[in-house]
Amino acid sequence: MVFDETELRLGLPGNIIGAAGKVTEVVVARKRGFSETESETDQTTTVDLKLNLSSKEGTADPVEKNKEKTLLLSDSGVKPPAKAQVVGWPPVRSFRKNMFAAQKSNKGLEESEKKSNTNPISFVKVSMDGAPYLRKVDLKMYKSYPELSDALAKMFNLFTNGIKDFMKESKVMDLLNSSDYVPTYEDKDGDWMLVGDVPWE
Amino acid sequence: MNYFPDEVIEHVFDYVVSHSDRNSLSLVCKSWYRIERFTRQRVFIGNCYSISPERLVERFPDLKSLTLKGKPHFADFSLVPHGWGGFVYPWIEALAKNKVGLEELRLKRMVVSDESLELLSRSFMNFKSLVLVSCEGFTTDGLAAVAANCRSLRELDLQENEVEDHKGQWLSCFPENCTSLVSLNFACLKGEINIGALERLVARSPNLKSLRLNRSVPVDALQRILMRAPQLMDLGIGSFFHDLNSDAYAKLKTTILKCTSITSLSGFLEIMDCIGDKGLGVVASTCKDLQELRVFPSAPFGNQGAVTEKGLVAISMGCRKLHSLLYFCHQMTNAALITVAKNCPNFIRFRLCILDATKPDPDTMQPLDEGFGAIVQSCKRLRRLSLSGQLTDQVFLYIGMYAEQLEMLSIAFAGESDKGMLYVLNGCKKLRKLEIRDCPFGDTALLTNIGKYETMRSLWMSSCEVTVGACKTLAKKMPSLNVEIFGEGEQADCYVEDGQRVEKMYLYRTVAGKREDAPEYVWTL
Repeated sequence: MVFDETELRLGLPGNIIGAAGKVTEVVVARKRGFSETESETDQTTTVDLKLNLSSKEGTADPVEKNKEKTLLLSDSGVKPPAKAQVVGWPPVRSFRKNMFAAQKSNKGLEESEKKSNTNPISFVKVSMDGAPYLRKVDLKMYKSYPELSDALAKMFNLFTNGIKDFMKESKVMDLLNSSDYVPTYEDKDGDWMLVGDVPWE
Repeated sequence: MNYFPDEVIEHVFDYVVSHSDRNSLSLVCKSWYRIERFTRQRVFIGNCYSISPERLVERFPDLKSLTLKGKPHFADFSLVPHGWGGFVYPWIEALAKNKVGLEELRLKRMVVSDESLELLSRSFMNFKSLVLVSCEGFTTDGLAAVAANCRSLRELDLQENEVEDHKGQWLSCFPENCTSLVSLNFACLKGEINIGALERLVARSPNLKSLRLNRSVPVDALQRILMRAPQLMDLGIGSFFHDLNSDAYAKLKTTILKCTSITSLSGFLEIMDCIGDKGLGVVASTCKDLQELRVFPSAPFGNQGAVTEKGLVAISMGCRKLHSLLYFCHQMTNAALITVAKNCPNFIRFRLCILDATKPDPDTMQPLDEGFGAIVQSCKRLRRLSLSGQLTDQVFLYIGMYAEQLEMLSIAFAGESDKGMLYVLNGCKKLRKLEIRDCPFGDTALLTNIGKYETMRSLWMSSCEVTVGACKTLAKKMPSLNVEIFGEGEQADCYVEDGQRVEKMYLYRTVAGKREDAPEYVWTL
């Protein structure tokens, strides 16, 4: 299922999303949670939030941790590899990559052909700039744009007042006290998705 | 020195076969040099730019077999821009012009044009064997020329080449009276082939021992072909099987079992990491004689936890004869590497690739220095090593100290200072190829032990801290080296300032001087 063209992106005013290069950067920024997003966009920010509302208990991603460590220690200008950004890494010959891709796509084709006969699914991935995870929306559930818009507003109601509200400590404390950890998963595009949007079946 | 007539010495030299031994013979005295060069049949040239074709032909006029390697290894990972070099044509031209009786040509990472294949096919009447590995630049038209013109062809072995398919009938170009084939491998070809022509070719090749087909050969055709070649010893099928329960597969299995001489099969099982640690455990418990293993990543950054250190430890416990390993995984621990080192002290090649290149030991959050240190200390016959994971200068200290037989070392995203690289250059006596990417090694590392480079085949450094000025200094002090610098396909004259960091540097020893075929973006200092 490829929904790239139907992916919705909600951004703060002034944010430029769209050029192929930028999109990758945005993806990477999203994965790092609030603290790093802040430091990338606003040099004068002093609050180190580390909110990570979506953290999985106990399994703090060692990759993320390692990147932080390396970022701090490295003064030689050598950048640690960001995921999926490094030329020639992992060191697999493109000949072999294509071979495996061909094999996988054959398999994938068989499986998706089976599925498409049963349930035509119309889930669309929705991302909002600065949100720690993405959501999935079943377009079949909504009969009109206003309905969809309301639903999206409710989904992202934590964030509708913008990132700035998180600067208010009180609001942060409310959040930390009220919500438990939410379960998220990483999908094939490398995005963190809230569990539960797509029905189990 | 000579108490025997030349003919006797020649006869003795016939028994001396290995390249290094023959090289040693030629250094004993002038008359042995002379006798050796006229009796030399096989020559191996690890870097095609280390010597000129003319010089080769002049020294070894009786040459029968030539092996050539072209591009640096990291070209496999798209780090060498297109058009860098490694053209085989001048070699074939020189051999043809001087009427060398070439019978075998083995090429790796070279650019092979259809024109060169055509010239090859017409120039050497006794040509028997063509082996192309990781080459590019030719089409099925070139193969057609080889098939049509090489009357005594015994071996056509194409491994992982980029071949443009012109949908011709190259297989049909083998003449009807061509019955000499012993080995045929066209697994890397992407296009369709004439199945009938293949069947007829196999039927008239009683000496065919090795056959590797591509994906266009369907199961039923494969079955018919096998019926005609019961003497096969090595079989490679093209298609991957999805349905192991099908009739077609069952039929194929029966036919293969009838070929009683088959000792090796390929194409059935390519281990990708979706096999998981558990799957590797199964391999470990059943394949007791396993000597070589390659585990590739199925999805570079997805599939968390598919293959980890646990799989490797299982393999090391079950497969005690393992000597060559290429292992892609998501994580590795020092403890696991230490265990592996203890279980398998016989490693000759050990290549570990942790997909997250700077990942430490996830249990201890320590770098993997101790783990790799254990490997080099225990595996005294280790000749090739690839490192990954978080690594400090310490691992290089260990390598320099213990890896006495190490010939090839690949380093990426590792080390902390120039000391790391120097430990290796100062320590590994047998080092021939060193390739480094994205490490904090700079001018001091490059320039402290420059004599070392004359004892090595080549050094590759990309995205390190080496500057233009240092490369210039090196090139000036060492005229026996070619020092090439290049960027991302930009013009060579973008490197104006000495203090500028070099994106890519490749240096190699040579007696041929600066090469004439370098593209514009390569600057030979």
